[in-house]
Amino acid sequence: MGRFSSTKAFNIFNVFLVTLISIIILAPVLNILASSFASSKCLAEGNFVFFPKEWTVDNYKAVLKDSSIWRAYLISVLKTVIGVVTHVFFCSVVAYALSKKELKFRKLYTVMGVITLFFSGGMIPTYLLMRKLGLLNNFLVYIIPQLFSYYDVVILMNFFRQVPASLEESAKIDGGGVWTCFTRIVMPLSKPALATIALFNGVFQWNDFMTAKLYITDPGLYPVQMKLYDIIVQQQAATMNTIGTVVLETTSKGIQLSTIVITTVPILIIYPLLQKHFVSGMMLGAVKE
Amino acid sequence: MREFRKQIPLQLMIIPGVIFMLIFCYYPIYGLTIAFKNYTVIDTIDTARWVGLENFRIIATDKYFWQSVVNTLGISLLKLLIGFTTPIVLAIMIYELKDGPFKRITQTISYLPHFLSWIILGGMVVNWLSTNGMINTILVNSGILAKPKNFLLDPGKYWMIAVLSDTWKEAGWGTILYLATMAGIDPTYYEAAKIDGAGKLKQIVSITLPMLSTIISLNFILTISSLLKSNLDQTLVLMNSQNLSKAEVIDSYVYRMGLTQGDFSYATAVGLGVSVVSVILLLLANQVTKRLNDGSVL
Repeated sequence: MGRFSSTKAFNIFNVFLVTLISIIILAPVLNILASSFASSKCLAEGNFVFFPKEWTVDNYKAVLKDSSIWRAYLISVLKTVIGVVTHVFFCSVVAYALSKKELKFRKLYTVMGVITLFFSGGMIPTYLLMRKLGLLNNFLVYIIPQLFSYYDVVILMNFFRQVPASLEESAKIDGGGVWTCFTRIVMPLSKPALATIALFNGVFQWNDFMTAKLYITDPGLYPVQMKLYDIIVQQQAATMNTIGTVVLETTSKGIQLSTIVITTVPILIIYPLLQKHFVSGMMLGAVKE
Repeated sequence: MREFRKQIPLQLMIIPGVIFMLIFCYYPIYGLTIAFKNYTVIDTIDTARWVGLENFRIIATDKYFWQSVVNTLGISLLKLLIGFTTPIVLAIMIYELKDGPFKRITQTISYLPHFLSWIILGGMVVNWLSTNGMINTILVNSGILAKPKNFLLDPGKYWMIAVLSDTWKEAGWGTILYLATMAGIDPTYYEAAKIDGAGKLKQIVSITLPMLSTIISLNFILTISSLLKSNLDQTLVLMNSQNLSKAEVIDSYVYRMGLTQGDFSYATAVGLGVSVVSVILLLLANQVTKRLNDGSVL
């Protein structure tokens, strides 16, 4: 009987601990959400976790009045949509060719690809290349260098291999070429793989701030992540100037908080979709690291 | 060659990928040669003058570089201690939950932070830790702290902030591989253990952990080989002039020397040197685990 109760004790303790961890993850996020609806006076006073004394939507109004944030949002949407479509298409084309065992020089192409997984030029040589190609302060820097990824090619290639060869054979008999086979048969049958790559690449594109930080100096081309980074850094600098006192530029703090929430919303919207692709996505991530 | 001509449509599909790799992967690798050159504003990669190991000689005595190495290693080792073990413990805890809505909700919540960018999380961290933020509110009201303080301005706290915020973000996501592995454990093992009178903790130690050992050691090798890697996004958003001495990591130092100060050759040399050491670490870690586990994971 003693063992039974020890198992029960373990389970209760476990549920308690897991609940605690969930709260530790969720509570800080709710705090940010609540803060974004707090008046600037409340934000200056602090002293609340979930329930500011005065609720207001002024912070959001201030953000939505700021045309530079709208613009940054538009850049983010454009870079994500165009980036994902071109990336998935480019990688699929290469992966399809590579999935054919009879492809000449296949070995050479594979070795070339694998090397890119382990070696890279690093930050500075890549920067010099972007400069040489005229991609600095150019919207295309969000798209062109992201067209291809050998990891994604390998994942797609493995998926394309599972398409029954007989289907392609029959298309060839009907006079279809390689391209017809690819667009009419293989692509439609590989939707789950394409969706996984698209979702994870989309999250990357939306969250990517480093490209802008490295290659973009024109604020007109900032995506929303870079815009948010600017707001945060300015806010930090303002804190530094008033060191020792609690006085802060509270309006800018409100803007910062509401921008954080607005930037997070698209991720929350596609999160349920992402969940469906977790395991395949994890494999993606596992290879990537 | 006739065969090649017959498959020209197929070859045309792969050529764009090859051209991409040559330009965006192989040309920058060639660009690494400027680590051994003196690259100035008027130079191209080809015309810059060779200086041999001159840049590396300067690195050896550059105290700011070594400071960034100490910070990178300090943060990485703390991450190994906290960020590496937390997902294992959390995965076992989730695995022990009964299937049902509670388990699903827990997983949904814990995976979420992984998908937030470091800029979003950085903005959140800045707010939580500010003098009028959540952490100070809790600490002051519970009497742990007498007066609110801005933790991000305290260099002594930076490593812990970097590690804990990273663990908060990635612990849930890190459980997925472990959970997938545990899903493959034969349930009869546990039944047999129960009949033999093993309690829950005994079962975890004698069945679950041994079944996870391969994947744990694989992750361990990857973590060891990335000891010198740092999180540039996180550093750039959390670093400020007050905590710089503890926050500067190798990657942010390369960024500062190269892109802010324009010393391309020197910054490239730092990056290259660190990559070479990383590869050596990877090979060493693989050797050690091979000895321990009786089988290479690489």
